[in-house]
Amino acid sequence: MRDHIQFYLGDQYCQVSGFAPETTVLDWLREERHRTGTKEGCNEGDCGACTILVVRMQDNKLEWKAVNACIQFLWMLDGAQIFTVEDLRDPTGALHPVQQAMVDQHGSQCGFCTPGFVMSMVAYYKSPSASTDEAAINDALAGNLCRCTGYAPIVKAMKQALATKSDHFDQQEQTIKNRLETFLPRSSCKISAPAGTVSLPATVEELASIYQDNPDATLVAGATDVGLWVTKRLNSLPHIISIGSVESLKALHETDDELWIGAGVTYSRAHSAIATILPDAGEVIRRIGSTQVRNAGTVCGNIGNGSPIGDGPPLFIAAEAILVLRKGQVTRSLPIEDYFIAYGKQDRQPEEFIEALVIPKPDKNLLYRAYKISKRFDQDISALLGVFAMTCNGDGIVTHIRIAFGGMAATPKRAYATEAAILGKPWDKATLEEAREAIQTDFTPLSDVRSTEWYRRQVAANLLTRFFAETATPTIVETRLAGWKDKAYV
Amino acid sequence: MSDVSISLKKPENDQPHLPVVKGGATKSLKHESARMHVSGSATYIDDLPEPQGLVHVVPGLSTKAHARIISLNLDAVKALPGVIGVLTHRDVPGHNQVSPVGKDDEPLLAEDEVFYYGQPIFAVIAENRSIARKAARLAEIEYEDLPAVLNIAQARAAGSELVWRPLEMKRGDVDKGLAEAPRRLNGRITIGGQEHFYLEGQAALAQPGEEGEMRIWSSTQHPTETQHMVAHVLDRPSNLVTVEVRRMGGGFGGKETQANTPACLAALAANLTGRAAKIRLDRDDDMLMTGKRHDFVIDYDVGFTDKGDILAVDMTLAARCGWSADLSGPVIDRALFHADNAYFYPDVRFRSEPLKTNTQSNTAYRGFGGPQGIVAAERVIEEIAFATGLDPLDIRVRNTYGTGARDITPYHMTVEDSIAADIMTELAKRCDYRQRRSAVRERNKHSPYIKRGIALTPVKFGISFTATHYNQAGALVHVYTDGSVQVNHGGTEMGQGLHTKMVQIAMREFGLAEDRVRITATTTGKVPNTSATAASSGADLNGMAVLDAVTKIKGRLEEFASKHWNVNQEQVRFLPDGVHVGDKVVSFPELTKAAYFDRVSLSANGFYKTPKISWNPNTGRGRPFYYFAYGAACAEVAIDLLTGETRIERVDILHDAGQSLNPAIDIGQIEGGFVQGAGWLTMEELVWDDKGQLRTHAPSTYKIPACSDRPRIFNVQLLKQSPNKEETIFRSKAVGEPPFVHGVAVLQAISDALASIADYKICPKLDAPATPECILRTAEKLTAQKPDHNF
Repeated sequence: MRDHIQFYLGDQYCQVSGFAPETTVLDWLREERHRTGTKEGCNEGDCGACTILVVRMQDNKLEWKAVNACIQFLWMLDGAQIFTVEDLRDPTGALHPVQQAMVDQHGSQCGFCTPGFVMSMVAYYKSPSASTDEAAINDALAGNLCRCTGYAPIVKAMKQALATKSDHFDQQEQTIKNRLETFLPRSSCKISAPAGTVSLPATVEELASIYQDNPDATLVAGATDVGLWVTKRLNSLPHIISIGSVESLKALHETDDELWIGAGVTYSRAHSAIATILPDAGEVIRRIGSTQVRNAGTVCGNIGNGSPIGDGPPLFIAAEAILVLRKGQVTRSLPIEDYFIAYGKQDRQPEEFIEALVIPKPDKNLLYRAYKISKRFDQDISALLGVFAMTCNGDGIVTHIRIAFGGMAATPKRAYATEAAILGKPWDKATLEEAREAIQTDFTPLSDVRSTEWYRRQVAANLLTRFFAETATPTIVETRLAGWKDKAYV
Repeated sequence: MSDVSISLKKPENDQPHLPVVKGGATKSLKHESARMHVSGSATYIDDLPEPQGLVHVVPGLSTKAHARIISLNLDAVKALPGVIGVLTHRDVPGHNQVSPVGKDDEPLLAEDEVFYYGQPIFAVIAENRSIARKAARLAEIEYEDLPAVLNIAQARAAGSELVWRPLEMKRGDVDKGLAEAPRRLNGRITIGGQEHFYLEGQAALAQPGEEGEMRIWSSTQHPTETQHMVAHVLDRPSNLVTVEVRRMGGGFGGKETQANTPACLAALAANLTGRAAKIRLDRDDDMLMTGKRHDFVIDYDVGFTDKGDILAVDMTLAARCGWSADLSGPVIDRALFHADNAYFYPDVRFRSEPLKTNTQSNTAYRGFGGPQGIVAAERVIEEIAFATGLDPLDIRVRNTYGTGARDITPYHMTVEDSIAADIMTELAKRCDYRQRRSAVRERNKHSPYIKRGIALTPVKFGISFTATHYNQAGALVHVYTDGSVQVNHGGTEMGQGLHTKMVQIAMREFGLAEDRVRITATTTGKVPNTSATAASSGADLNGMAVLDAVTKIKGRLEEFASKHWNVNQEQVRFLPDGVHVGDKVVSFPELTKAAYFDRVSLSANGFYKTPKISWNPNTGRGRPFYYFAYGAACAEVAIDLLTGETRIERVDILHDAGQSLNPAIDIGQIEGGFVQGAGWLTMEELVWDDKGQLRTHAPSTYKIPACSDRPRIFNVQLLKQSPNKEETIFRSKAVGEPPFVHGVAVLQAISDALASIADYKICPKLDAPATPECILRTAEKLTAQKPDHNF
């Protein structure tokens, strides 16, 4: 078995072994490779100063993804081509179009966030769908904080850079593909060090077997949560098992009836597929973490950690999604809402892991609305998240209703009393008023840094009103501020 | 108020118009480090090559807001492999004090009592940072809880002591003025604090040298103070300590005094081990340890006429100062200096309450208390507008300082150049304020959930340190024989473009291109006894000092050239195409080389002290400010009455930077300052729990504006043809802090949107920060107050 990981750092082939499992890419770059252009601003994936580019093959094309190096583990780079800010100038030493635009537009002041911005901007520049649309640029840069400029010159720089059609990486495309192909197919790998072990299984069978032998090991997919256990709680992780190395878990496929999202599928990859069947879930996913976080974090990881404030679970509970769990060779399915038993407690047995999430395709009459409420629109953890899925019959009577909330209880949870107050009734003002009252009995939310109990209760009821305004009122009125579209939802 | 356009006269003693070299002062030039910033080659403290044998330092923090330390057991800390030692207050050879104002109320490391949650008690020295961080959590500390006072209300209730002498400013007879006023109202506004969130956290590297020398690289806005602190903590004369800073990754006031503790800890570790020592705070530790913008509770009582003319204002400004004085005294004073904003109050009294609390010691933050005073002043305007039913803009314009009469501030300084009304009127015209205000109100009638609001607010900001002795600066300029120039000065670069402006001054004066003038790191070894780069004064003070140094060298070169080429000294001029000596043009290198051979000194220091200023806090009288900087902002926002969410739709700013030294950089300061100010008043919320622990101690919980939070339409313009009336560097005006205040327009616009709930009849009395929750609460209150509420 392979005892090392391999990747390219710029033009350099790197083969690394014998490192502690929790070694982060940022520490490795700065301390081992003395690449100090990549900065540490927060060490928790919120500021983006440590953004680097990870390039991998997807469907025979190169995908350029920005990720936060501070909460990526080194072993996650296996099989990748990475670039840091030091790699951006072309071979003659000329600045990359993005760098030049940032200089021209006065896009840097103190300069500390700048390398991270530049990397996010290059990732966006390299993305096939890049456009000068400001809303899209905002999304691309939502994971980078700047305290000096107020962002305006950075957005201008992004637009300027996009006017330059090609960069020197275009000429290197074949070279990079060739390099990445030498890593394929990825063989399984085990990194051993005095501090612990990382297992990078290549197949799901191998993963199941390693986990059965090591039930205390930590499963890690994108590390957007586990990374903080290391950088903030200072936990040691003596044995990590990688989800991301298993090729078959990256399956994202669609049938006539459902969408299958493998445990290794990131939010970025799943985004458009989910948005296609549930547009409003897509709108919430646009605001989950940031581009960097969604490039690393997986849909199933967001469920697996059982957080009461994860944005994915309420979306999927309302959509009646199914979770596929696996232990050894045995798989079982359960409605996702049943996975969450209590705070910190999920229906996942020892040695069992999530293999996939299956979202049924909605009935064409399903009214599905999802509202993420946070102090800041982008890259913030929800104070609460309300998701409403409803079908009415021809007489306007509610025949199906499912309401799920995040941030209102110790787990993502359905609003059963509210559902009962609505089901079988006409979706009118009287029903709305009953529902607004019922929702107060569904939840006993906490007060914390994000909001008070009062706010959560008040807004939970008000989201019913918003849902009503969007689905039951004949006149179209503005109901949302998130997003830069003139009417985020009409 | 008529629609006057702004026409300011150019000062008569302005310089003759000579060609200015490309990028020279008053022209736009890219930031001197821009190419390095975008390439990752601009170095910050943690990027410096690490000296051999470097040790790492991590502080251990108090987990109590106020307690006696019964025992401190560090055995487990020391036992962790890789730990070299642990510093406590007993390891301080000199004074265990870092109070920047000499109050001796701020121990570097706690002694037998802790005063806030997050106070450094000890510091681990280890072979690497990871080990040091782990070890710092292994201390066993036994505390005996003492009563903790956490906020302004508790401090008032407990009769908490003041960290500084309270200040009273008064003019006229406010009690009589209030009593006799035809209209009178009073109220209270609560204004939250703010975390600096400089992207580069606090960091320092200390390297011991020969015979007690200590060299410090520190991310500090105040190298001289850091030098003094390290010297007195180590019990050494200042001449053994050199502090250097090339650039900071942001400061905003948060590294004016707060950089001293990290630097002192690194120096102590270096002193103890004889090895170089580095400290770089983790973001959470940084936010837990360091002071922030002061939060305020301001009570106001105002008398006015039916037309909205202000007659008398009485205000009490109480601030949470934290556990020690730090800079709270001058911060609160500056809040008082700005509680008039741009308005003349015929009878006035301002009083301060700088309250001691068991929280982080609040400190300098862009605006230094001024913005809080201005927020209160604008609330008063708003109250009068609702009381009289007039447009707040009309109340603003009619109450601005006049010239000739109505020109005396509450601190008895004459306002000589009041242009606030002109700027507001001009901006209102440019951005269609009146028409848009009507349109917003019309639109709100048909939009039950999303309401829009608009407001236009001015800023008048006093420029100079109110501590008069701080208003001095030094510079050191070298010209080498090849004609290349090195500029050094006492100011520090934190992103504001100060170094760029200093280079531009030398470029303009010598007629040299950018690549011939190099700025070097700021170091106490080159320019001593400097002031903090703060109070927006960096370019004003250091620019004049650089000009002084350059002028000295030019004078020597002119004298030499006139003799050498036998022309009058007046015929020697430094222009972009070379040095004109009579009819002849010689290159700058040619001239400097010839001068060198003639034994002319090509190096000079420069010095500057601000004229005209004085301030006596005992009498509350003086001229604390050399001049005022002005501007106005118009903000349009949308709010969601169901959730309290907000979005900034459009912002227009017209700002007075005098004759800007660098318009591109100044616009950057205005745009960035605005967004930071808007963040302070909207989404940035500091939350402490009832144990005094700051719960918003990382960007996951403390939200500064992100890219999409900038205004959707954002127009920023500099006021044209407005050279400073005072003789500042090329007639420019300071631009660091004043634009921060433009964020106030957002708070006022949100309030305007909320006012729609009660048909614009009731002042919403919106507090700050206007988080979604705060907005929703205010909306609910207004709905309840509304006479016929059926929302």
